[in-house]
Amino acid sequence: MRPFEYVRASDPGAAAGAVAANPQAKFLAGGTNLLDLMKEDVERPNQLVDLTRLKLAEIQTLRDGVSIGALATNTETANHPLIRQGYPLLTQAIVAGASAQLRNMATNGGNLLQRTRCQYFYDTSMPCNKREPGTGCGAREGLNRIHAIFGWSESCVATYPGDMANALYALDAVVRVRDSAGRERTIPVDEFHRLPGDTPEKDNNLKHGELIVAIELPRSNFAKGSYYLKVRDRASYAFALVAVAAAVEIDGGAIKQARVVLGGVAHKPWRSREAEAALTGKPASEESFRLAAEAALEGAKPLAHNAYKVELGKRAIVRALLRASRLA
Amino acid sequence: MARYIGKEMSRVDGVAKVTGKAKYAAEFHVPNLAHGFIVLGTVAKGTITAIDTREAEAAGGVVRIFTHLNAPKLKPATSDGKVDKGFRALQSDKILFNGQPVALVVAETYEQARYASRLVKVSYKAEKHETDTEAVRDRAKAPSEGRPAKPRGNPEEAMAKAPVKIEAEYRIPIEHHNPMEPHAAVAVWQGDKLTIFDKTQEVYSVREHLASTFGVPEESVSVVSPFVGGAFGSSLKPNYYPALTAMAARELKRPVKVVYTRTQMFTGHGYRPYTIQKIALGAERSGKLTSMIHEAVHNTSSFEQFSDATNNFTRQVYACPNLHAPLKLADTDLPTPTWMRAPGAVSGMFALECAMDELAYELKIDPLELRFINYAEVDPENGKPFSSKALRECYRLGAEKFGWKDRKHEPRSMRDGKLLVGWGTATGIWGAFQMAATARITLKADGTAHVASATSDIGPGTYTVITMIAAEYLGLKPEQVKFELGDSRFPRAPSQGGSWTTASVGSAVMGAALAVGARLLALANKEASSPLKAAEAADIEMLDGRLQLKSDPSRFVSVADVMKRNGLDEIAETFEAQPSKERQNYSTMVHGAQFIEVKVDPDLGTVRVARVIEVSACGRIINPKASHSQEIGAVVMGIGMALQEATEIDHRYGRIMNPNLQHYHVPVNADVHSIETMFAEEEDKVVNPLGVKGMGELGLVGIPAAIANAVFHATGRRVRELPITPDKLL
Amino acid sequence: MNDDFDETSEPELTEDEAALLDEMPALSGVGASGLSRRTFLGQTLVGSLGIFAFDLLAHEEALAAFALPPGAVTAAAAPVGENLLKVVLKVNGATKTLSLDSRVVLLDALRERLELTGTKKGCDQGQCGACTVLVDGKRVLSCLTLAASAEGKEVTTIEGLATGDELHPMQAAFIKYDGFQCGYCTSGQICSAVGLLEEARRGHVSHVTEDVTETTTRLTDDQIRERMSGNICRCGAYPGIVAAIQEVHSGRQTAHTWRFADEQQLARVRRENADETV
Repeated sequence: MRPFEYVRASDPGAAAGAVAANPQAKFLAGGTNLLDLMKEDVERPNQLVDLTRLKLAEIQTLRDGVSIGALATNTETANHPLIRQGYPLLTQAIVAGASAQLRNMATNGGNLLQRTRCQYFYDTSMPCNKREPGTGCGAREGLNRIHAIFGWSESCVATYPGDMANALYALDAVVRVRDSAGRERTIPVDEFHRLPGDTPEKDNNLKHGELIVAIELPRSNFAKGSYYLKVRDRASYAFALVAVAAAVEIDGGAIKQARVVLGGVAHKPWRSREAEAALTGKPASEESFRLAAEAALEGAKPLAHNAYKVELGKRAIVRALLRASRLA
Repeated sequence: MARYIGKEMSRVDGVAKVTGKAKYAAEFHVPNLAHGFIVLGTVAKGTITAIDTREAEAAGGVVRIFTHLNAPKLKPATSDGKVDKGFRALQSDKILFNGQPVALVVAETYEQARYASRLVKVSYKAEKHETDTEAVRDRAKAPSEGRPAKPRGNPEEAMAKAPVKIEAEYRIPIEHHNPMEPHAAVAVWQGDKLTIFDKTQEVYSVREHLASTFGVPEESVSVVSPFVGGAFGSSLKPNYYPALTAMAARELKRPVKVVYTRTQMFTGHGYRPYTIQKIALGAERSGKLTSMIHEAVHNTSSFEQFSDATNNFTRQVYACPNLHAPLKLADTDLPTPTWMRAPGAVSGMFALECAMDELAYELKIDPLELRFINYAEVDPENGKPFSSKALRECYRLGAEKFGWKDRKHEPRSMRDGKLLVGWGTATGIWGAFQMAATARITLKADGTAHVASATSDIGPGTYTVITMIAAEYLGLKPEQVKFELGDSRFPRAPSQGGSWTTASVGSAVMGAALAVGARLLALANKEASSPLKAAEAADIEMLDGRLQLKSDPSRFVSVADVMKRNGLDEIAETFEAQPSKERQNYSTMVHGAQFIEVKVDPDLGTVRVARVIEVSACGRIINPKASHSQEIGAVVMGIGMALQEATEIDHRYGRIMNPNLQHYHVPVNADVHSIETMFAEEEDKVVNPLGVKGMGELGLVGIPAAIANAVFHATGRRVRELPITPDKLL
Repeated sequence: MNDDFDETSEPELTEDEAALLDEMPALSGVGASGLSRRTFLGQTLVGSLGIFAFDLLAHEEALAAFALPPGAVTAAAAPVGENLLKVVLKVNGATKTLSLDSRVVLLDALRERLELTGTKKGCDQGQCGACTVLVDGKRVLSCLTLAASAEGKEVTTIEGLATGDELHPMQAAFIKYDGFQCGYCTSGQICSAVGLLEEARRGHVSHVTEDVTETTTRLTDDQIRERMSGNICRCGAYPGIVAAIQEVHSGRQTAHTWRFADEQQLARVRRENADETV
């Protein structure tokens, strides 16, 4: 871990200002991913701006939804009555991730920013365009059982590892950020993360020094008909092979609207508008879910070791939709 | 009737462990300690052409950076007097495996050492490497040491004639022990005397290793290892880090601590080798085996031969007149593999017991019935009787408990709602070993006893069972006995491995206790009025401060009185227990049977091990509480081996790509459900006077096969390559 | 867990066993142990702790006076660290003021600076749970917490759970159910379990909660398994860990899941021509 200056921010403006002023500065919140990567010499900030004392942890009702503070922990968020009652999909997704200890530490803002668990990204002796642009992608022709089947490029086949964001995509969340000048802007969550393209070093569309202050959830009609399914190599405390955030609103037996977001398959949560379109107006039946699953996986481009994700993805979508529709 | 032996006792070191007071190797505080951090190489084979340490040396707090260029040359290390070919750090420019240590950064603080380690720049001239066992399989050769495996009968001919046969190939990936405690040493030189706190399963072997390495008398080296946070074989041999740590401490004239990172553990202590096994079984239609051919190949390193004797137990499991079980080793540019819990046995029995299941389906015979049909009444390898063998009891009791009679034979025939249910069984086997061991008992006039032996307790509960044995034979309460281990200043004990600790050290402690009794008897009988006058040592026992006649406890002397009258504050006896000659007339083995229920999600391929019945026949159980924990732990490790564990290598680089607990999956709490164990105790007077046969490995041996067989029964899918991850069941 | 385990009779203790049992100090905080055939609970508390603590400290005392000899090598630059911060930590009720390199994580501050080695380093990467401590009552990983960030918060480690000589109920329950073998993950397991109880009391949900819109404070064994999955035990003591937590949580005792085959059973199945049971 490179030596760094530790600064405790007194307010969001000062925090954003400090980071904006130093290209090598980083925000520190829960630290659950950043400190790990610093120990591995993957992240090498020379300054950490500790946000944890900032008052950005409220979870509150908005006029048309709920706002969750960027610094609320995953645990606080998952267990908040507003979330459990109004957005159970988000609760399910959060508690499917990591461990209780990590969720007690991890913040919502930090969770959105967690970086890939690609083995080549973590190992500084390996080529990785995300860690060190221009060195190549170790996983493209290497071990890629856990890698992307959608949206990858020759320069990067990594996946976004989180669970919470998969639910946020399904819930049409909006990320509220502010810069050092106090200017706020909102980013629809599905425009927050990026596909790797030629710049896999950029995970998302935040500018350096921009601080996430909240995640806003619009009023949802999926408070009942939603389900988060995570398939992994062991029963808990493992990243997803494939995850599905599924939500359906059913009206008179027919699907009024649906959300299907796959996790563990791309550089960002993979929302399948094809599947959603295939579901809309259809009866809430296994047959409809199968067709939607086929539509969702149609464009998949598996790598040498992860073709199973295509079939697993389909089956997971069907299962998640069945569970969601049973609750709707 | 025994007061303690065979009864449940909580761990005597339990309070130390639950309060955090138990100290493991890295936790001993010594003044002026410097911290070492190892730098690992990044190519698999070749030569170091240059090392630039300038930037690292300029970093804050750096004391010195050791590389092969400035590290002193170590003398050859010996093991039992023979030169040890194990890898040694910083002794040459040769690169033998990826992840080899190429430098040691020593700094004032851990943080500084870790950072500076990232600044060391190493250049290599890489050579073509080979880390894929599959690629060098055809070049594999029989081990150069040990007797070559000879065929029994005429296996080829019998196979050709067999009316029913199956043939299949099985694969086990490299697996790592991953004990929770990382390997660590703290080395302190005081002049030419070295004290080292080390994580080890054998303090004496580390002592010899370091004494020979540094050319000092063995008496000048103290190895201290009172608590070991799991090892599973990874600390049986001295790894490279104790010598590296001691070298740095000697050069710097100050104490040095080196702790492996989790990643460094993956190339720092060996692993279960990559193993390919081809099995052919021939049988009569009745199910009687007529021929068994079990060929195994596993990898070793390019510089040291290691064999885990993968298919040795195949020779002793089933009665079969024709058999061949050769083993070959393939050189790879990887670190040397080593023993990992139930070494060889769990690998070999995975293949054999899956093959038996395949044969059962070929024959349309119940898999358990097939095992009864081929039950070995005597050791098929040498015709010797078993000193005891309650395997039949294990099979039957386990089957009864499990409800095996309700099993439907056909795969995919049992369900729980949507889930597929599968029931599988397998046999466990291991040797009932005993090694020479020495213990010292000091009985004090205040009625307490101090017991010491340089064994280790990596978790099985050795502190407790030895305390129980000493209390039993000294007639004391466990609280009156203080047992110490893990210190090379104590009498010699073998490594904690092979499931031989209780048989070996327990026998020594029992012998020492009896010797104390005999001494007391002699002292008592110096007096004419002794009520034990005519008694021999075998006639007496100690109980609650009395030395009494077993046949008539009313005839006794007070131990305290005897000592007082002889002016003794304490009586000390040291006893070395050797395995008896009589053992050679028998085959001494432990056996077990496993019954496992899995539930498989047919859509997602996820497997839950829902229910395990493990029945073990391993002689006498000293402490059923800890023994049960050993069995449970073995089941959990078996679940990992069957379903989760694999060390993955990118062969382009020859580099391990999942050297961490995020990608190398071991079972978590949610993976473990009902596990019940039963002990079919055997009265075995041959193995040793305690009747103890050992059980730490046994519980694991059959588990991966039983799970794989259950998965087949559930799904109809025969997965012959571990681990059985969801993608293999879609 | 294993409700169907057929340990039915509550057999008599022998006189010896009864006498011994009377002499054993009772475990505090957890219910009386279930007694069954050929079993009794042997438990020593402070005695064994005293022995081990004494021996271990003796090793350190023997070296404590060891001064650096002439010629000992030390660092030329920044021997105590860089970016030093004055950090005031409250650990187990005591306030400690440390001068720390900003890179020091709470785990290393505890182990290397405060000699509180009860908190364990298993992976240093947030992947094993061995370093779990309570910060303001919540279980967190000390390996991924900068010491500086913990300033002003109440840190409780395994050393802070017992009250004097009396074990915390969770500690006693771990001994009772043999919820560990090597002991290295144990501190983290116990701290995690204590944190878990508070989460349960607050009605927190988990991955295996069937309906997250409903609140329950009572945990099933499956709930405990899931909620303890961030603490890896390579010795595989999970069933004992679950039983220990369940008893402290609900008072429910878990029956033995081991037994000896009795003489009758053995005799019945030992005969080669015994009635087939399969």
